[in-house]
Amino acid sequence: MSSYEARFRVWRGDIEGGGLKDFEVEVNDGEVVLDIIHRLQSTQAPDLAVRWNCKAGKCGSCSAEINGRPRLLCMTRMSVFDRAETITVTPLRAFPVIRDLVTDVGFNYQKAREVPAFVPPEGVGPGEYRMFQEDVDRSQEFRKCIECFLCQDTCHVVRDHEENKTAFAGPRFLMRVAELDMHPLDAAEESGLDRGRTAQDEHGLGYCNITKCCTDVCPEGIKITDNALIPLKERAVDRKYDPLVWLGSKIRRRSS
Amino acid sequence: MSVVDRQEWDVVVVGAGGAGLRAAIEARERGARTAVICKSLFGKAHTVMAEGGIAAAMANANEHDNWQVHFRDTLRGGKFLNQWRMAELHAQEAPDRVWELETWGALFDRTKDGRISQRNFGGHEYPRLAHVGDRTGLELIRTLQQKIVSLQQEDHRETGDYESRLKVFQECTVTRVLKDGSRVSGVFAYERETGRFFVLQAPAVVIATGGIGKSFKVTSNSWEYTGDGHALALLAGAPLLNMEFVQFHPTGMVWPPSVKGILVTESVRGDGGVLRNSEGKRFMFDYVPDVFKEKYAESEEEGDRWYEDPDHNRRPPELLPRDEVARAINSEVKAGRGSPHGGVFLDVSTRMPAEVIKRRLPSMYHQFKELADVDITAEAMEVGPTCHYVMGGIAVDSESAAARGVPGLFAAGEVAGGMHGSNRLGGNSLSDLLVFGRRAGLHAAQYTAGAGAGRPEVDDEQVDAAAAEALRPFSAEGPGDQADHAPENPYTLHQELQQTMNDLVGIIRREGEMEHALEKLAELRVRAWRAGVEGHRQFNPGWHLALDLRNMLLVSECVARAALERTESRGGHTREDHPTMDRAWRNVNLLCAPVEPTDGPAATDPVRGRIALTRETTEPIRPDLLALFEKEELVKYLTEEELYE
Repeated sequence: MSSYEARFRVWRGDIEGGGLKDFEVEVNDGEVVLDIIHRLQSTQAPDLAVRWNCKAGKCGSCSAEINGRPRLLCMTRMSVFDRAETITVTPLRAFPVIRDLVTDVGFNYQKAREVPAFVPPEGVGPGEYRMFQEDVDRSQEFRKCIECFLCQDTCHVVRDHEENKTAFAGPRFLMRVAELDMHPLDAAEESGLDRGRTAQDEHGLGYCNITKCCTDVCPEGIKITDNALIPLKERAVDRKYDPLVWLGSKIRRRSS
Repeated sequence: MSVVDRQEWDVVVVGAGGAGLRAAIEARERGARTAVICKSLFGKAHTVMAEGGIAAAMANANEHDNWQVHFRDTLRGGKFLNQWRMAELHAQEAPDRVWELETWGALFDRTKDGRISQRNFGGHEYPRLAHVGDRTGLELIRTLQQKIVSLQQEDHRETGDYESRLKVFQECTVTRVLKDGSRVSGVFAYERETGRFFVLQAPAVVIATGGIGKSFKVTSNSWEYTGDGHALALLAGAPLLNMEFVQFHPTGMVWPPSVKGILVTESVRGDGGVLRNSEGKRFMFDYVPDVFKEKYAESEEEGDRWYEDPDHNRRPPELLPRDEVARAINSEVKAGRGSPHGGVFLDVSTRMPAEVIKRRLPSMYHQFKELADVDITAEAMEVGPTCHYVMGGIAVDSESAAARGVPGLFAAGEVAGGMHGSNRLGGNSLSDLLVFGRRAGLHAAQYTAGAGAGRPEVDDEQVDAAAAEALRPFSAEGPGDQADHAPENPYTLHQELQQTMNDLVGIIRREGEMEHALEKLAELRVRAWRAGVEGHRQFNPGWHLALDLRNMLLVSECVARAALERTESRGGHTREDHPTMDRAWRNVNLLCAPVEPTDGPAATDPVRGRIALTRETTEPIRPDLLALFEKEELVKYLTEEELYE
């Protein structure tokens, strides 16, 4: 097994300020960036703050930016870098820093609360539901989301414009709206809730100009833009501008 | 006089994995104002790592399945040491808990007729695991998380406040359960982000903190699994049950070193994966123990036929319970027939087309590709045993999940002992945490409602002592002192603890090694007393680890002492010097309790051992449940007295 000394630059500091700090640190065959951060903790910087949990790309805790790109620390193999290169690790830029690599991701939890929950159909008891694989496939893709918030971090609507955060839920939560909208059992419509319309009116779908940055950084390979956001936009537009759909929804609501 | 922030709640749930969230939902729905407190961000619990599925006899894939068969499989897997009433409730209630998830929005994989799909797993007679590809745990946790949010939305509509009746305190750590006399009065905690202390005052506390795997070097567990709940209960005066039973999952990744231990789901074997040694031999046929002989295929041909025609063939031995497979792999490696990196080969590539593998095992495909640069559709995986689950835990009442001896304390999920006996079947963990999470929440809410005006008070002295204990690492003896008083690096201590447990109390155990382990643990305990940290209280991982060490050391001592005491091999406990299962131990439980009174700070003499063991005879298994087994099978397990009663 071979090892070498790598050059790392890690952002250290807190809300008051901070900066990049240089480290030389041992790297062994087969390691990922999170291993190196852990080695820094145990040998050079015991109070270096980092979030992590499963170390297998399943929990989405160790999100950070590596050489400026939003990534999971545990899913970034050291072998993808040149040995001579200096690797820069910084906290997610779209969220306020707490300390070192840890940011305040409260924005996401706030947005999660603003998306109306799944509405179970009336009169169907547990165990009576029937759904077919081809119908659940679409929403299942979005339920692979590990909530690493890398898509939220990279989305320029929030990344570059703090002021948009109030009106815009971000790709993760617009995808959640799409997930529920495509859910074979969701009875929102019967209860008078138009999810497509809320995406547009309440969650800021209109801000999204489909640059696919969110899709690019998704560690789960979810096609956020193509499979969630664009269909949601199409539906919202159909609803809004197609007079027949508009009339139909009015009549249906009145009769229910 | 303590100036720590205090809040009052009805029920406090410690832990926000599957068991904790299910408990919180139930308590809140029963009218209790409920607080959940967890070390990670909300939704990131170790439950997300569960891959295979939720075991529940819904009979969707095989109409012969029912709760009695599930009960029987569970007792066989646990080698009859299960708290049988828990196993019964579990088998009966699991289907309802799965169906309920669907009503909360979960999307399971489907059968052709639109029901929830169920897959095969080790030790289960029928395909019984409700699943979502191989990311079932994520679906479970996300569904519970979203159910919590939906309850908060209800509260917001009624009260204008999302958190009026159900609040999640994320990234907080509980260091002590507080008591008023013998009763629970709340918890002492700190916020990781700021380091600030606070107290949640409540008549009922549900412990749902999961397991202990971070005491071992090779483990599938996340960083949170430091035995916190086990230690909190122990320090509050509740005994731990059968801590010697630690499950080594047969298939962890062995390469590259940085991912050593990360799980390769059992569904790889359930879906047709075979184990081979370096000679290419499918070796599991050589390792079918006598008690399972009639249930498993004798030839590769029969095993292969079973996947297509399970009613007329016996299952392949790759699907033996986990303890059997883990020991077999261990033996092959020891005999020099291992893979290049010290495991064996697990292969699906020769038995399934690439697109089927990618569809059925997407996370595994992804995991090997990203972490090991191995394409499992084209080559074999290298796997070996990894510490995965602790069957031992807080001794609880089967019906109510109430911890023994401490009114107001409840426990559910991995931290609770008894349900799985000496070995857990795959898939029984997710169903366990739903069934007993719900029961814990229900009974905690009822207990609180019954507490009425006589709610317990928080004692200021306990709060002060807890604060002093938590701050100790900042004032560990400085470098100016004598050399043997220099502060210790908590990371170094943790690594030494992991190495000790791995080498001396691992998958195969011997008397001398465990005695040695107890000496090493005593040394580490003394050194941990001097664990020191740099920096300040804000998000300081060195400090957090220094505090977690107390819990890991306590729990490790429990495991080592109980393992030394039990002179037989059963389930997750294998003694090389007592290699067979001994019927005389069938009805013996080992209980761990602290040697000294526990109300004060941890100022007890660190040199002496802190855990005492007592033996307890288990309650006889109810006759109608025993009648589910053939007499010849029972003869292999039960004691003479039990058989002829």
